[in-house]
Amino acid sequence: MQKVIREKAIELLRSGKVDRVLGWKEGEFFYDQTPHLFLSPEEVERTFVYNGFSGANLSKYLVKEGLKEGVVAVFLKPCDTYSFSQLLKEHRIARDKIWAVGIPCEGKLDIELLRKMGIRGIKTIEEKGDELLVSTIYGEKTVAKKDVLAERCANCKSRKHVLYDELLGEEGEVLDSARFDQIEKLEQMTSEERFAFWQNELSRCIRCNACRNVCPACTCEKCVFDNADSGIASKAPASSFEEQNFHIIRAFHVVGRCTDCGECSRVCPQGIPLHLINRKFIKDINAFYGAYQAGENPDERAPLTNYSTEDMEPGDVFKKGE
Amino acid sequence: MQIEEKFEPTIVAFCCNWCSYAGADLSGTNRLQYPANVKIIRVPCSCRVNPMFILRAFQRGADGVILCGCHPGDCHYTTGNYYARRRMTLLFSMLDFLGIERERTRVEWVSAAEGAKFAATMNDFVATVTRLGKNRRLEDLRCKK
Ligand code: SF4
Ligand code: SF4
Ligand code: SF4
Ligand code: FES
Repeated sequence: MQKVIREKAIELLRSGKVDRVLGWKEGEFFYDQTPHLFLSPEEVERTFVYNGFSGANLSKYLVKEGLKEGVVAVFLKPCDTYSFSQLLKEHRIARDKIWAVGIPCEGKLDIELLRKMGIRGIKTIEEKGDELLVSTIYGEKTVAKKDVLAERCANCKSRKHVLYDELLGEEGEVLDSARFDQIEKLEQMTSEERFAFWQNELSRCIRCNACRNVCPACTCEKCVFDNADSGIASKAPASSFEEQNFHIIRAFHVVGRCTDCGECSRVCPQGIPLHLINRKFIKDINAFYGAYQAGENPDERAPLTNYSTEDMEPGDVFKKGE
Repeated sequence: MQIEEKFEPTIVAFCCNWCSYAGADLSGTNRLQYPANVKIIRVPCSCRVNPMFILRAFQRGADGVILCGCHPGDCHYTTGNYYARRRMTLLFSMLDFLGIERERTRVEWVSAAEGAKFAATMNDFVATVTRLGKNRRLEDLRCKK
């Protein structure tokens, strides 16, 4: 696939159809890719990559790219098109300045899962169908790909693109995802257990703001978590309130807009399962107000800007299961 | 002899100007009693209450937060409380999911004529929160002991 995508990028640049290309290139380590803006066919040839570690959702960059002159091409995986469509719905992206190329995705890998298996000194990883050939400084190893899939990919909601200008490869299908299973497990715990679980997770947060910076729903020009007085924007917390409740506040800001792209959990250096918070909101919205997934349908009204006179009472949420 | 210090909870009540605040007023004119723990904050409409206000109240030391507004269908701005209802439903469910005691938050619809309901609601809510004790969890969510 990398070859096809590179050729497409080069073709688009050469023909003058686009001026820039958004894609991925290797970072410090091969599994640590970084989003990159390619300006010439030569650059694409040299450094463009697409493989199991091209996890970054490029749609958020389109907000800034759309403000520039000229057209930018972007490669979007199925889940990324949810974010793209949601951003368009929120009028954050200049549509006519974007050339969106849908690309297939076989699921992305989580290097941490390999490390947890005790595999160290990884040099390269080769994908061979359902298996991965991992070569390390201690020799070669074969592992099943499904065991190393990132959580969001193991529970992928759809391999079908929401929208694109052109598509490379085959279109996938909407999947029967088990993404709410983990939420249900938590719901079945007692209140004390849940509190202990979250305290354990959230106390590890170092407030690096990476989850906010990467989130395609977090595109506010001025974010409540930026402290203009600190002199080092977006680092020093604005208040103790914000510090204590960061995760709940951010989750509430993106409720009904979160596309469950899983980027927040992917980038968290502390491994906090942030997607569980946002996914709980999605599950609740489905249960309380009817199925709704942000990014899926541009014409649907968002649940929090809508109401029905028949809506349940807030106290009713505690009645279930009692 | 041991004197047990009685726990006095701090309760914040957001009351919409047009119904519940007037309801509170009525319960006062009727000399109905409700505990002084309740600190009323008047808001133009229940819809004015951003869920963050509730979190903020907790973080600033409230032990219970209640939101009162006009009955659904009676909002002075026609639909404000319908939106508030959705927001609060999701917020309460989320707080529960994070392991915060469910009884600490409440929504009650109180009309301008329901002075008695206002007093009864507040009495009941204060009693419930007193039973629960001090709000620790929301303050400690990010501090592992
Ligand atoms: S909250 Fe997380 S899963 Fe939701 S859109 Fe933002 S990054 Fe994606
Ligand atoms: S955390 Fe809230 S204010 Fe900040 S960027 Fe996200 S949605 Fe906007
Ligand atoms: S990415 Fe993780 S550690 Fe960083 S602010 Fe978000 S939750 Fe905290
Ligand atoms: S004015 Fe009372 S709820 Fe809107």
